[in-house]
Amino acid sequence: MSIEMAMMGKASADDRPATTCDDVECVMARPASMTDKLMHYCPGCTHGIIHRLVGEMIDEFGLLDHTVGVCPVGCSVFAYEYFQCDAIEASHGRAPAVATAVKRTDSSRFVFTYQGDGDLASIGMAETIHAAARGERITIFFVNNGIYGMTGGQMAPTSLIGQKTTTSPSGRIAETTGMPIGVCELLSSLKGVAYLARVPISSPKNINTARKYMRKAIRAQLENKGLGLVEFLSTCPVQWAMSPIAAMKHIDNTVIKTFPPGVFVDRVDPVDATSTPMPAVAHTGAEA
Amino acid sequence: MSATLEHPGAKNVAAESEPRGTEQVAGTKRLVKGNEALALGAVHGGLEAFFGYPITPQNEIPEILSGLLPSLGRVFLQAESEVASINMVYGASAAGHRTMTSSSSPGISLMMEGLSYIAGARLPCVIINVMRGGPGLGNIAPSQADYFQACKGGGHGDFHSLVLAPWNVQEMFELPALAFDLADRYRTPVFILADAVLGSMLEPAVVPDQIPPLRKVSKEWATVGRGRRAVKNVVNSLYLDPEVLSAHNETLQSTYREARREIRYDTRFTDDAEILLVAFGIAARVGLSAVRLLRKQGMRIGLLRPITLFPFPSDAIKHLAKQVRQTFVFELNSGQMVEDVRLAVNGISPVDFYGRMGGVLPGPEELAEQIRSRIGRGDSL
Ligand SMILES: Cc1ncc(C[n+]2csc(CCOP(=O)(O)OP(=O)(O)O)c2C)c(N)n1
Ligand code: SF4
Ligand SMILES: [Mg+2]
Repeated sequence: MSIEMAMMGKASADDRPATTCDDVECVMARPASMTDKLMHYCPGCTHGIIHRLVGEMIDEFGLLDHTVGVCPVGCSVFAYEYFQCDAIEASHGRAPAVATAVKRTDSSRFVFTYQGDGDLASIGMAETIHAAARGERITIFFVNNGIYGMTGGQMAPTSLIGQKTTTSPSGRIAETTGMPIGVCELLSSLKGVAYLARVPISSPKNINTARKYMRKAIRAQLENKGLGLVEFLSTCPVQWAMSPIAAMKHIDNTVIKTFPPGVFVDRVDPVDATSTPMPAVAHTGAEA
Repeated sequence: MSATLEHPGAKNVAAESEPRGTEQVAGTKRLVKGNEALALGAVHGGLEAFFGYPITPQNEIPEILSGLLPSLGRVFLQAESEVASINMVYGASAAGHRTMTSSSSPGISLMMEGLSYIAGARLPCVIINVMRGGPGLGNIAPSQADYFQACKGGGHGDFHSLVLAPWNVQEMFELPALAFDLADRYRTPVFILADAVLGSMLEPAVVPDQIPPLRKVSKEWATVGRGRRAVKNVVNSLYLDPEVLSAHNETLQSTYREARREIRYDTRFTDDAEILLVAFGIAARVGLSAVRLLRKQGMRIGLLRPITLFPFPSDAIKHLAKQVRQTFVFELNSGQMVEDVRLAVNGISPVDFYGRMGGVLPGPEELAEQIRSRIGRGDSL
């Protein structure tokens, strides 16, 4: 069953309040920038973790009032249900174009996109590259799970060689489908990119690293330096046909061999003189 | 020009942008190129953000705006494609701004998915199509072959854009402001359908000397950033529950019905007409010359020119169909608007059609000869 169909069945049951911690000491609460809507994601899916990280960041930087989030078409198509900020549902792949316009028309906004790998690296590749090349002051949270989760597990441009999907049933073959696209490698040549990093969402330690990277990708926008993008190596246990824990291990043991984690570009806190930011774009906002 | 409203008294229902037309402010009459008029008209109508990709025959529009908009502190961006352009328009509109793109036929085809999202999310925007010959790469000569695309939705799903068709440079200047007003009032995309000749022609037109300051139209639904608003705003066209999507579709349809009060058309020599010619845009210019030629030869013929192609002036055409012996439709295509004319006339009297395709613009003599030779021949489609 595709996730689309699964969500349809659940559409009305989602309003149940989440459990509260009435009589117990609350040591960790839901970020204030998130709603208490029950998430529609499959058990073990990393979309939920990454949503939480986004919520934490909006809280931490105090951005909720002037944030506009742009959601993709993919499993996270309902992301706007889970955040308290204003949000726009973009068409498949076009979130960077939508975000470009929201930011250009008022530079005081904090604008982020949340996109899957089919969305960002296949149908929306042109919008991704050109937003990066122009140095748009937007922040992209890129959820790379190496598959088309929402439509039922088809091959993505990021699927690994040998990976079995519903459209590569005997495993992805380089001769006919090419090699997986490394988005960070591809974008790192563009001077409009101010921050670019890849992190696996496979352990508490790595999630802490993700927080560190996200702070920089947000600062890239707030400090008017250019585009910030964090790529999360994510799991899709359902379409990978793995248990959640096996899927996490798969990231650490296998996925990172094709997609090495790390910081690819940092013009936010430049360590050498060559990584200077793009000249600032003349934004409006005065009239808005 | 006698612009007639189908429902008189409803003229100023749309939120006004200043200036409407040229009466209120000091202006200068000078030679203006059609595309220049569209660009200036949009800026005078409150355009805040333009996104577009080069394509002939409309390039003067982005060229003019690339200098003018930034000088006013407004946004101009040359996008990487028409797909990006229309999605930027989606974003700017969602964020509450008056926004526009312009293109020509092949580029407009690329925008159709985005247009459907814009209509589905009930976002206001203006789209200019300076039409050229098609299909495919076609040519860069004048055409009206995108009537169906503009008037019947164009993208997927049950939706419409409102469609305005200028026929001279003065209207090319005036209609963008009206388009923005209608877009904001009905929360729909609004097309301006011009063509390669209208875009390139130089004509005297009055353009106000001063660009009016932006007047903010309040949009409580816009995703401007939540601020102190109690609830968040979401711009969206996703409704998984069929009953909910059905209700949303009903809202869209009732909007289109409501917009019928905006119907505008122009009539010439129709009071005593026995023959009616219906044409829009540049074809109506040729049509008016043909009507004058035929009048000199004693034929009692009149012209009706729809200014709004959607909503379509069906009642006015139906009314005249009772008076005349025969109706002719003239278009620069294989016969598209004629379908709406036939629906309006509904068999009351015969409807005949003459069209040229591929960018051919026949002269008034050719059209007059066609009408003369077809009198009494009846329905031929
Ligand atoms: C124009 C268009 N083409 C195709 C689709 C179908 N579609 C929906 S989601 C999706 C892929 C999503 O994959 P990804 O971006 O990797 O997100 P995930 O579901 O894996 O999180 C596709 C192809 C669509 N909605 N629109
Ligand atoms: S596990 Fe896969 S299919 Fe399920 S919600 Fe997550 S990405 Fe989508
Ligand atoms: Mg994916």
